[in-house]
Amino acid sequence: MYVYDSYDHHIVRERVAQFRRQTERYLAGDLTDEEFLPLRLQNGLYIQRVAPMLRIAVPYGLLSSRQLRKLAHITREYDKGYAHFTTRQNLQLNWPQLEDVPDILAELAEVEMHAIQTSGNCIRNVTSDQFAGVAPDEITDPRPYCEIIRQWSTFHPEFAFLPRKFKIAVCGSAQDRAAILVHDIGLQLVVNDAGETGFRVYVGGGLGRTPVIGSLIREFLPEQHLLTYLEAILRTYNLLGRRDNKFKARIKILVKATGPEEFAKKVEAEWAHVRDGETTLTQTEIERAKSFFTLPQYQADAAADLTALKAEHKAFARWIERNVKDHKRPGYKAVILSLKPTGVAPGDVTDTQLEAIADIADQYSFGEVRATHEQNVVLADVREADLFEVWQKAKTHGFATPNIGTLTDMICCPGGDFCSLANAKSIPIAEAIQRRFEDMDYLYDLGDLTLNISGCMNACGHHHVGHIGILGVDKKGEEFYQVQLGGSASNDASLGTVLGPSFGRDDVPDVIQKILDVYVERRLQEELFLDTYRRIGVQPFKERIYAKAS
Amino acid sequence: MPRLVKNEAIVECHRQFLPKDSDLTAVQNRTDVVPLSLWVSQTEALSALGVDGVWVDSDETLDALTDTLSQLALLAIHFPAFVDGRGFSLGRLARERHQFSGELRAFGYVLQDQAHFLRRCGFDAMDFRQGTDLNSAIESLADFTEHYQASVDQPRPLFRRRT
Ligand code: SF4
Repeated sequence: MYVYDSYDHHIVRERVAQFRRQTERYLAGDLTDEEFLPLRLQNGLYIQRVAPMLRIAVPYGLLSSRQLRKLAHITREYDKGYAHFTTRQNLQLNWPQLEDVPDILAELAEVEMHAIQTSGNCIRNVTSDQFAGVAPDEITDPRPYCEIIRQWSTFHPEFAFLPRKFKIAVCGSAQDRAAILVHDIGLQLVVNDAGETGFRVYVGGGLGRTPVIGSLIREFLPEQHLLTYLEAILRTYNLLGRRDNKFKARIKILVKATGPEEFAKKVEAEWAHVRDGETTLTQTEIERAKSFFTLPQYQADAAADLTALKAEHKAFARWIERNVKDHKRPGYKAVILSLKPTGVAPGDVTDTQLEAIADIADQYSFGEVRATHEQNVVLADVREADLFEVWQKAKTHGFATPNIGTLTDMICCPGGDFCSLANAKSIPIAEAIQRRFEDMDYLYDLGDLTLNISGCMNACGHHHVGHIGILGVDKKGEEFYQVQLGGSASNDASLGTVLGPSFGRDDVPDVIQKILDVYVERRLQEELFLDTYRRIGVQPFKERIYAKAS
Repeated sequence: MPRLVKNEAIVECHRQFLPKDSDLTAVQNRTDVVPLSLWVSQTEALSALGVDGVWVDSDETLDALTDTLSQLALLAIHFPAFVDGRGFSLGRLARERHQFSGELRAFGYVLQDQAHFLRRCGFDAMDFRQGTDLNSAIESLADFTEHYQASVDQPRPLFRRRT
């Protein structure tokens, strides 16, 4: 992974010092609440319903075991001994004290971490594929480009006060696991006929209250032009994006209002001025970035025949089936540690679990892990011969629930238990669904299914793009839940369709059951939920759920 | 007299800023700073009076100034709110695209926490919000002493300078 040099350390240390002074000025009354707000947000600090919340950046999801141990220490010293992986591959602390935040940042800086631009109306932490560098379907490793974007966007002087937040995602494989079509900018790495690396550029995707699928504005952007082109998009948006209404301020609204073609023209016109300038990437810089993401020391004797072990341990076989993914390198596998056992808020980890992950990573996966936007953790380079041991360790620490990609591997935002913007709680809904659908055989029979829950329209739980999406709504002060069907965040991205009137909390598991019943009755052979839905439409589901009690 | 930070020093400014809808009769003094629209419609008359300061609001563009910017000693960009970041782009455009070499001032609601960003975007003068400790603001100019990106103060990005 990327390793800081003296420049990176210098910049992060200056940030810690700056934020320390800002916090002092705020506590001394020299900065008003209103002024401190965007400043602290740009450092990931929210003042939430019950306490401050600090969002720590995990650049494109990569974490080393050293960083995990530091995070464990921080949750113990400054928080309540646990942390939460977010849907943007970041990590949140729910209970830090405002006065302690500068010290927390100083501790993070020791291990090359920070909370820079994890919130606020600026360019956010860039996200990517959790299987970057190991996925069999990879075209080009996206991580070097993510790092280049991270550096370029960090304290960009021109784009620190944008109309609204701005999220960039990069995908380097055939299958989109980074949900690039629902980001402000989505970058798809491609290689053209001449063998040159570049990007297909999408803009204006996003969730929130006006969900939109991104529009393609450039078919091929040669890699050396990445930053100048991003700068042209951002400048166009900074100058033209709406600032009169926060709900209309995202770039998707601008792209819709101008039309994607016209918007692309504006970007190209701006780009004509800046392309080939000093910000054009050099081959040396691209190579430097790539030099941090070379292959680890793979071993020749990593392969193993697991047939006997799988026959003997049914649970192990299940875990292999759901939580272990194929790898570019023969003999190796990627392992997903599930952070979705029943009864724990999706994405939550304790301090000791963070340390356990660090130990497992050190022993079995070159000391590195990746956070996923589905709120799990990936060990990217595990020898097949070690899988049984890894499974046993994962089990000991509560990571072996074999539910990856199934109904109970839910994406869920913190919701009303923590978030001051929430209309309704989301974690108890996730738990109720997990309790109802605990039968693994049933879950496996249902197959790949995504269920995403958001506690309000801000859609942090990506409910629009879940095969089943649940949205918390407020009706005259009471919490209700709207259900949507048919969303997808993958290459065939689509937004869910609202089923109909919303439901009370207690009814949600029954509603999910009815949806699944319709699917099971109507599916053809191996057809997945999403395909059945796309074939039969929303009507049969509506009829079942809203049928008058006879 | 407003006191501002200019090139790391505290200076007093005696110029008057004329409101947006001002016409020619409002101009009292050659040091008056006129709104963009007045300058554009009365460039010749204002030049004859010796006026050399123009202010631009955050929702305006510099396009209409292309031919006359070189006549100005002062270009002031208005920040109606400190979270309105359009001025940062306008500053860079003034310097990088229009090669403006006079005083580039940020005024309106400007926070000291924005000082180093402003400087990076080409501003050499900043009129901070009332109550700002200007000595502390001067220190904030150096909140960051190294930067990843190219900008007005450092036209080469870090990746071309890294050793
Ligand atoms: S979706 Fe709403 S409730 Fe959930 S975390 Fe985001 S803002 Fe909070």
